[in-house]
Amino acid sequence: MALFELDRSQYPEAKADGSLDIDLASGKYLKLWQGPQHPGITGNMSVELTVCGDEVVEGRTHVGYLHRGFEKLMERRTFIQCFPIVCRICVPEPDFNEYCYAAAVEELAGLEVPERAHWIRTLILEMGRINSYMMYLGGQAGSFGMGVIGQWATYVRDLMLDRFEEMTGARIYHMFILPGGVRDGLPEGFAVRMEETLREVERALKDINDVMYCNAVFKKRTVGVGVITPEMIEPYGVTGPNARAAGVAKDVRKDQPYLVYPELDFEPVTGSVSDIYTRADVRRRDVHVSIDLIRQILQKMPKDGPVMTRLPNVLNWKIPEGETYIRGECSRGEYGYYLVTDGSGYPRRVNVRGPSYTHAMALLEKLIVNANISDVAGLMVSLHTYPPEIER
Amino acid sequence: MKDLTDRLGTLFSLGDITEKRDDLAFVSVAPDLLRAVITHLRDVEGFTHLVLLTAVDWIEGGQFQLTYLVHNRTRARDIGLRVFIDREEATMAGIHDLWPTAATYQRELKEMFGIDFPGSPRIDEEFILEGWTDIPPYRRDFDTKKYAEETYFHRPGRETFDPATHMKDKLYPGEAS
Repeated sequence: MALFELDRSQYPEAKADGSLDIDLASGKYLKLWQGPQHPGITGNMSVELTVCGDEVVEGRTHVGYLHRGFEKLMERRTFIQCFPIVCRICVPEPDFNEYCYAAAVEELAGLEVPERAHWIRTLILEMGRINSYMMYLGGQAGSFGMGVIGQWATYVRDLMLDRFEEMTGARIYHMFILPGGVRDGLPEGFAVRMEETLREVERALKDINDVMYCNAVFKKRTVGVGVITPEMIEPYGVTGPNARAAGVAKDVRKDQPYLVYPELDFEPVTGSVSDIYTRADVRRRDVHVSIDLIRQILQKMPKDGPVMTRLPNVLNWKIPEGETYIRGECSRGEYGYYLVTDGSGYPRRVNVRGPSYTHAMALLEKLIVNANISDVAGLMVSLHTYPPEIER
Repeated sequence: MKDLTDRLGTLFSLGDITEKRDDLAFVSVAPDLLRAVITHLRDVEGFTHLVLLTAVDWIEGGQFQLTYLVHNRTRARDIGLRVFIDREEATMAGIHDLWPTAATYQRELKEMFGIDFPGSPRIDEEFILEGWTDIPPYRRDFDTKKYAEETYFHRPGRETFDPATHMKDKLYPGEAS
């Protein structure tokens, strides 16, 4: 079998429409499917790779393995019936769906939410952010062969799930943030137990930093790989840590503050070059920011007061005609809900805008070209994408 | 937002304007003006981030509403452009040359609503649905209940027991309750 030299003359020519002229019969190129059943894939999606030797010349993202038609389902359900559905759109960080949906309904229905509910919502979103980053850290380390980091991160995530469980009664899908407020206040002694959990998170982060971020192999494999340039950010709709790693301080929490973020003291974490390493580092530092925010929230939040406003009869709840868009900064970037109502008891249209929609499709397909096959998994995980946001 | 909509109004013929919040407005524009307005917003007004592109099916009026939501990060505000197109001849010019990510949205709209964007990359390629032969499923006239009844079958269900009766029958069979 002939060996391929890394020679650009081997690469396919572009056709008039911009697509590549790939002749598989020439023997120069090979099709490889990474996913949907593959350890180096994020969730239920796959990437169709065309390789020349061990270099990728084209990558195409395929989704559809998880389509449950949430947006369509919601058009046939009353506003309150939609509330337990939305969290299921994203498993690792479900609370953003609850918040965005609730805030959109509240705006169109003209509901005022009690102040304490805003604090509890912010607390939940920051707890969820830590959980989501922990899942990411496990995946990112795993894609470079460091399986033990995933176990440490899962342990810490499990402790945070304990806090979720005592607060909401559920570990994954909390169904706690609903239109009008939140279901309950904090349990007795919650702040003390949360502080213990936060210390465990900090301890684990230190270990992860020593073993993963200071690891020469990890650095060699990730520095300078999969770079998102600042010029790519707006055309490709890049948001969140992927953009911030490139030095662009895009953070909805600062740019368009919502909930109680204006009352909290923090600065968005940024990097200098958005390669795999810097993106991972931005997320690690972002966990520290979330830890600090949780401490501030628990210190500053009102200790008592209502957490839920009085809703109209939810069985016959009609919301006036209108449309709105609500956004927030989740662990992966901008998360938003576009809600259209027509005066009936059902949403006319709900559109979920998840950051993975742009990151896992157009951006990944751009970055994957010229990558080495062995870097594809690491590159994909470094964008921190969850396929359910693409196929809602 | 009023300053922006006023400026736009002097340059283009706009339809309904809805100022939703201080940082969010929706403006209706004619399909043939969309490209000029959105390019102006991107290049002159600083709305460089395409937040989303989606459709709403107003079946009663025989129209699709396309919503192009763009964001200006410096001024922290959004504007949604509403474009109404005929439901029977659902075709619209693409904006994938302005934002490469728009190609994905347009591909999804073609599959889910049957709205065509001629010339958009891979527009006829299956996006989420594989081997779909019915009408585009996100249209309002697609009957999800009917589809589910014709495509799937009811599971007979498991045998269930009322715990109290079950334990009594198990522990004391034959005894009158």
